[in-house]
Amino acid sequence: MNATTNPAQTGDALHGPAIIKAVKDAGVTYVLSVPDLHTAKGLLTPITADKDLTLIRTCKEDECLGIAAGLSYGNKRALILIQYTGFLYALNAIRGVGVEHKMPMAMMIGLLGKEPGVPPQQSKRYGLRIIEPILDVMGIERHYIDVDADIPKVTAAINKAYEISQPVALLIGRKPV
Amino acid sequence: MMKRRDCLEILKKHIKDEIVVAAYSTAHDWLDINDRPLNYFSFGAMGLGSSHGLGLALARPERKVVVFDGDGSLLMNLGTLVTIGAAQPKNFIHTVWHNGSYEANGGHPLPNRDVDFVGLAKSAGYGKVYRLDDIRNFEQQIGAILKEEGPVFVDVIIEQGPIVPREYDEMYKPERRRKLREVLGA
Repeated sequence: MNATTNPAQTGDALHGPAIIKAVKDAGVTYVLSVPDLHTAKGLLTPITADKDLTLIRTCKEDECLGIAAGLSYGNKRALILIQYTGFLYALNAIRGVGVEHKMPMAMMIGLLGKEPGVPPQQSKRYGLRIIEPILDVMGIERHYIDVDADIPKVTAAINKAYEISQPVALLIGRKPV
Repeated sequence: MMKRRDCLEILKKHIKDEIVVAAYSTAHDWLDINDRPLNYFSFGAMGLGSSHGLGLALARPERKVVVFDGDGSLLMNLGTLVTIGAAQPKNFIHTVWHNGSYEANGGHPLPNRDVDFVGLAKSAGYGKVYRLDDIRNFEQQIGAILKEEGPVFVDVIIEQGPIVPREYDEMYKPERRRKLREVLGA
């Protein structure tokens, strides 16, 4: 790979350890997750070995919404780490627990299959194109995390979600390394 | 087979400082019988009661968490048994109120009302599992079961209750959740 196409060298990379640090800087101590191929290696694998984070592996994504709500009653912050298909599956729980009952939910959503450099709404994949419009119609704040320069948004977004008790979506555009 | 309210009246004698997470028809009857700040009424989506309870149990290890789940609710989130079995919360008691019907949704039957929840819970990793279908056994055993180390699963076999319109606004009031946070210091 030459210098012009190596993401790590061009500054177009998204580094998992930096994302994890940003999540921990927001006071998150639990990660609730169904594995996502998009984030499995760059995020979930290092999270598994991180002594500061307790990983709860769930069978379906909507479980994460209930667990995160319960954890908040012990002042425990959680990151919900899922794929966009799992987000679509869990919409009713996100609607009920997060939006209507105004619970703090920090969702990190992997956009598996998104073409590099292409905004999600311009993807060739229907499932990816609809994610941001769905979040918008539900009134859920969203942030696009595609390169390392976007990572500082992570800590602030999670802090805000917990301070004012609302859901937030962090969309992982590029596969973290 | 038992009546739900009879069982809840017995439970009222044993529930002290536990957090009770209750769903749908059982939540309705429990609110009527034992309205207390440490009640947490499962909200947001059907089936998530045990997931709320798991989060509470992890966050509040100093307290027992007792979930009153519905059989239809549990079937809607069956993977929760495996998640809880893996997490192994020692302060977690999971009861399922098993009447074979979607009582809160008009009383239609479950796809299979004889589903073996005890077998499912045991294979999922719950350390202790029980099936109670007689009110004398329930009265004799439930106090000791509540004291056991979790995760514990109890299949409570009951009759279907009355199919009547249920009002949920009272149990879902934000003030109730604020009060629970106050009591828990959260």
